[in-house]
Amino acid sequence: MSKRKVNDAPLPVGTCISEVQDILRKRLCHQQLPDTPEGVQAQHKHLLELLKRTAIHGESNSVLIVGPRGSGKTMLLKCVLRDLLEEKEVERNLLQVHLNGLLQTDDRIALQEMTRQLHLENVVGDKVFGSFAENLSFLLEALKKGDRSSSRPVLFVLDEFDLFAHHKNQTLLYNLFDVSQSAQAPVAVVGVTCRLDVLELLEKRVKSRFSHRQIHLLSNPTFSQYLERVQTQLSLQDDFPDKTFAQDWNASVKTLCEDKSVEDALQRHYNSSKNFRSNHMLLMLCLSRVSVANPAIKPADLLEASKMCLIDAQANMLHGLSILELCLIIAMKHLNDVYEGEPFNLQMVHNEFKKFLQRKSNSMYNFEQPVIMKAFEHLQQLEMIRPVDSSSVKTQREYQLMRLMLDNTQVMEALQKYPQCPTDIKQWAMSAYG
Amino acid sequence: MSALLQQPGYEEERLQTVSKKLPCREVQAGMLLSLMGQPHQYSYPSIFIYGHQSSGKSHVLNVLLKELELPHATVSFVECVSVALLFEQVLLSFFGCDAASLLPRSPSLSDFVRIYRQQSSQSPAKQTRYIVMEKAELLRDSDANLLPALLRLQELVEDNVTVILLSEIVWDRFRPNTGCFEPLLLHFPDYSKGELQHILAQDRNPSYSDEFYSAYINILLGVFYSVCRDLRELRHLAALNFSKFCEPLAEGKVKETDTHKLWRNIEPHLKKAMQTVYLREVSSLQWEQMQQMEEKENGAVRGLSAHTHVELPYYSKFLLIAAYLASFNPARTDKRFFVKHHGKIKKTNFLKKNEKTSNHLLGPKPFPLDRLLAIFYSVVDSRVAPTASIFSQISSLVTLQLLTQVSHGDQIDAPKYKCAVSMDFICAISRTVNFEIIKYLYDFL
Repeated sequence: MSKRKVNDAPLPVGTCISEVQDILRKRLCHQQLPDTPEGVQAQHKHLLELLKRTAIHGESNSVLIVGPRGSGKTMLLKCVLRDLLEEKEVERNLLQVHLNGLLQTDDRIALQEMTRQLHLENVVGDKVFGSFAENLSFLLEALKKGDRSSSRPVLFVLDEFDLFAHHKNQTLLYNLFDVSQSAQAPVAVVGVTCRLDVLELLEKRVKSRFSHRQIHLLSNPTFSQYLERVQTQLSLQDDFPDKTFAQDWNASVKTLCEDKSVEDALQRHYNSSKNFRSNHMLLMLCLSRVSVANPAIKPADLLEASKMCLIDAQANMLHGLSILELCLIIAMKHLNDVYEGEPFNLQMVHNEFKKFLQRKSNSMYNFEQPVIMKAFEHLQQLEMIRPVDSSSVKTQREYQLMRLMLDNTQVMEALQKYPQCPTDIKQWAMSAYG
Repeated sequence: MSALLQQPGYEEERLQTVSKKLPCREVQAGMLLSLMGQPHQYSYPSIFIYGHQSSGKSHVLNVLLKELELPHATVSFVECVSVALLFEQVLLSFFGCDAASLLPRSPSLSDFVRIYRQQSSQSPAKQTRYIVMEKAELLRDSDANLLPALLRLQELVEDNVTVILLSEIVWDRFRPNTGCFEPLLLHFPDYSKGELQHILAQDRNPSYSDEFYSAYINILLGVFYSVCRDLRELRHLAALNFSKFCEPLAEGKVKETDTHKLWRNIEPHLKKAMQTVYLREVSSLQWEQMQQMEEKENGAVRGLSAHTHVELPYYSKFLLIAAYLASFNPARTDKRFFVKHHGKIKKTNFLKKNEKTSNHLLGPKPFPLDRLLAIFYSVVDSRVAPTASIFSQISSLVTLQLLTQVSHGDQIDAPKYKCAVSMDFICAISRTVNFEIIKYLYDFL
């Protein structure tokens, strides 16, 4: 696909579009690394220095990268590693072990994975180790070079660091930090986590061995920076095969970002979350609308995408309920109003519903109790209502206490949107008390 | 309509067949297709699709992935009693059985990711691979790490893979405590009434005309639409009741166009179906048998509800009635109901209903065995000795789950029970022994 044309002959629009999709999708979906990590240059420098000291001078270190989800922690780490490996000596020497708290759920699995990543399976063989520490020190010993004077530096990356703290006795963390403290072998331990209180999770003996070096990624871009980021995310680089198309595209992106309505929509997103991920999701939705017939992102596309991102899912689900189920929800809402959020059971809801039917005196919605029970159970299946205590198996279903998991405003909004909602039901919902 | 499905990188013809197979879901299919992009392009790491039951979530995905011949693995989480099955299924459909056999006996997520990486480095994805997970709400009940790991699987295995989760529960109820990779949310709206009509009308019996069948569907929706919008359920009901609808036509009583008469004929029938077939009280075979029975002995009204058929011994019935009274009446009113010369009780005092909600709303209250027996001796018309047979009948009522024992098993000297039957049931029981239970219930005074 990426044929570089030497001459600047314009490519057909279809090829250009698919090229654009290629490039941007890599950026938005595959988390392709940017050339320079923007906004976190200081942290980048700090981490790079730190790891260099391990990789080149053989110093041991431990550090935590802390920041909320989607703030670019992994991106920062990967950028640093990429830059680090550019040096020949480092590339030849440095060993990397990547562990993830989601995957290595206990220390035994983690140790196996470590052995595997250090390519030491055949060295370990069938040896039986007395303790975890013995095993780890054996691994590190095995890494020592032939002259036995210096050993190769090892970089341990622990993703989702907080999950490792839940392992039994925190053996892995204790041993890694212990090695990094004592001068056994040059190791660098880099933990990546989203929990600010991660140090509280560590045991005292583990905590005291940690260097307490933390890199915080609490980037707080201003709105103009946010806008700029959106623009750079969408813009094409100079090496795009068709120069004129790239220029047109970039110009269209620029006008997009200057549009007033787009700015409002982005402001709304900015106010709810500023991280890269949610931004990527929005832009991905925009990008999916780009085709040959629609070769640029128009303000309408972005508005539509932003609407999709911000839509209330629960309201969507309410839209698909049957009239009977909706009536039950309204009855629950009234019960909630009257009894100030006390839990209710099916009988009460049914009673409330019957009161409404008596007033209306039309038998349109006169259903048998079992039919209503089925509707009630469907609501429970959709988790719109939830039993107060799940353990009470012994109570009959109609007397099990439930709570409504919806907001009053959600119910009212759904009612407005409900297709062909009968007027009397609407009025019933509006009325203050049942 | 089919113009909506356009995406470079796929054959025009294939897209045509896809759109033909997906009536009323063109918008959603188009949306998905544009998100998926061309086969070799990356797609968003995880997509979460939610919508009501039978709103076409799995159908759209299956048709898209199958017809366009994209590499995919479809796993329904109901089938995965252990995660091992899930891993095996995924590896099997992407890399063949050799890869699946590499999994150790009880594989961890770490093993799965390792084998996946190993395999995908041997055969890198030329096209985006899709993992479709049905009933994703069950993921929450399994290992806590599984859901966050699946959501960022693309990053973990470094392959061009997209995980698509299907569920009927909104994403907000999935999010773990410490957050995770947020998937792209996509909603499949429910079918509107018109769309339901359109889809249901396609199952038409070839021996009848189009108008006739859609008139039938119209009547069916008129009865059931306010209760049920589940396409699958409606389809089931439509298939079961159609023969009844055609009956007057076969007998030559009415013409096809006479919708009003047909409606008069079928409507009570459908209402009955709502009470039985819809609630799954009878199977469809039984329902068909019942229809034939009815033709033979017309007018014999039978209670269809299963619980009216329970047969109990004479004293058990009274025991159950006594238990019901004990559960739903306050203990202080027992004197008024069951003591013959109870002296003067002030009516106003007795009837003060300071409890705002009646007992029938709050449910049964537990009562001790002594009270049950006291009420039992006063309601049963003959003298009964407290023999072992009475006590054994109580315990068999517990086994039948008509009574439940609330106190712990270790309190054998003063057990407490609760009555677990409904009002209708107890009324039916007391009718068989000529006992007017309504007179003895505090709520109905």
